[in-house]
Amino acid sequence: MKIAVCIKQVPTREWQPRLRDDKAWIREQDVSYEMNEPDAYALEEALRLREKHGGEVVVCSAGPARVQQVIREALARGADRALHVEDDGLGAADAFVIADALAAAMADEQFDLVLTGLQSDDQGHAQTGVVLAERLGIPHSTIIMEVQVEEGAAGGAGRLRLKRELEGGWFQWIGMPLPALLTIQSGINQLRYATLKGIMAAKKKEIRKVALPAGLQPAQQIVALSMPTRSKQTQMIAGSAAEAAKELARRLREEARAL
Amino acid sequence: VILVVAEQREGKLNRASWEAIAAAQALAMPIAVVVLGGSVGGVADELAASGVAEVLVGEHQALAVYTPDAYTMALRGIVDTLKPSFVLFAHTYQTRDFAPMLAARLRRSLITDVTGVNGSGAGATFTRPMFQGKLAAEVKPVGEAPYFISVQIGSFRADAVQRGGKAPVRKVDPQIDPAAIRQAPDAPFQEARQAVDLGQAERIVAVGRGIRSQENIAIAEKLARAIGAEVAASRPICDNGWLPMERQIGSSGQTVAPKLYVALGISGAIQHLVGMKGARTIVAINKDADAPIFEVADYGIVGDLFEIVPALTSELEKS
Repeated sequence: MKIAVCIKQVPTREWQPRLRDDKAWIREQDVSYEMNEPDAYALEEALRLREKHGGEVVVCSAGPARVQQVIREALARGADRALHVEDDGLGAADAFVIADALAAAMADEQFDLVLTGLQSDDQGHAQTGVVLAERLGIPHSTIIMEVQVEEGAAGGAGRLRLKRELEGGWFQWIGMPLPALLTIQSGINQLRYATLKGIMAAKKKEIRKVALPAGLQPAQQIVALSMPTRSKQTQMIAGSAAEAAKELARRLREEARAL
Repeated sequence: VILVVAEQREGKLNRASWEAIAAAQALAMPIAVVVLGGSVGGVADELAASGVAEVLVGEHQALAVYTPDAYTMALRGIVDTLKPSFVLFAHTYQTRDFAPMLAARLRRSLITDVTGVNGSGAGATFTRPMFQGKLAAEVKPVGEAPYFISVQIGSFRADAVQRGGKAPVRKVDPQIDPAAIRQAPDAPFQEARQAVDLGQAERIVAVGRGIRSQENIAIAEKLARAIGAEVAASRPICDNGWLPMERQIGSSGQTVAPKLYVALGISGAIQHLVGMKGARTIVAINKDADAPIFEVADYGIVGDLFEIVPALTSELEKS
């Protein structure tokens, strides 16, 4: 089975936001980056499916040159090769532009299965995977918690059986033909980390660069970013651990009457 | 006109649909609500009692069980006919599954997870979280209308919907080619019955990534015992298997509104906040002063939970 995994590079969880002077994006020079966590689960699922059914895993990413960091990371964890749509403008691009860029690079590959994380930890549109499926003309399902592949007879396309998460602890099984795109829920599997051998092997793996097609249209524009406004007047309690604990206990008893 | 897409399952309206109507009212344009299904029962009349101009009912056998393909085909036809300026949804898992497909097929803007509407009419902009809630973005749609907008659950008040007279209910005929539906879903189910109903707990002590290891959960359990609380967690903790899934709070777990919610090492991603922001008193203890959890907290302590929580526990054991 030929599996694509779409991976985004996002600021680390520890990153403290700082804005560009025009407030329309973040100050990228201050940022350290990592693999989008939901995409890491999608990658792990792809590697497990390859171990079970054979084939190859191809990492696909659209972003500036810096995203090579997460592409190498994915190759070190075991992906076979990569496609990189490289353009400086992709760092702040919206879901439609990213999906169009990926679709243009991926269309010729004729993947059997495309996996993405269910959303990114940066812009968080939760759209790229579904829009990409539409652009590739294949069916999709989202927020997937289990993937079973029923292989087709004699080279024919197989079928998927998928466990999809609904809200509030409900689930649903869904059947779908291949080729297809799935957005993967975090926690579907236990992640593996790159071994030294994997890191060495990754250096020899192919990363094919693809130019960004001209004329891709964004569907939205960021007017301004800001620190979120507090919905509540939070009382911050300062002091040493012991002092703060004592003061909090007092306020919970006397002020909030929560005990 | 604004088209609001209401959500129902087995004749029961998803309450978040009212929140989408409240957001539509903020845009100050006439509103039509559409509800799709095999048979929507009393949902249409329920919706007609809101202050909307019209309720559209699209019933079709192929809509009896939700699939993104059938919903996209049905709504595409309705949107093409009605030509709304905006199409609003609640940002449910179902919306996340089909709205991007619908917007992509029509090549129109979709702005998701919206928490605020700025201005009204065609020039409105929308506020939504970015970077896991660390920043708020003011966003405007680009290109031609209709603009598709999904609103974050809990951000608009269902009880703020201005009710009016009884709106007319009109049947529409969804244009669906059943042969073009590629997903074949089974009926939804729940995993083993939930042994703990966190919704009934008066107090909850919840842990997040900041707890760092399974062994450290004992610190939270000790605090919980001292104040008669249940222990719960954010999603990553349950994903790691450190606590059972049934103790997860948030959009994919349980929604709670206890008297007291103590969040230990929880940064406060939106998916968690929607499950607990209704708590009466919220305490957050986190090393990161910028963590979004402090935006909903009544009391906050910035510091090392491994020092603060044992100190708090011994204070509370004193009573």
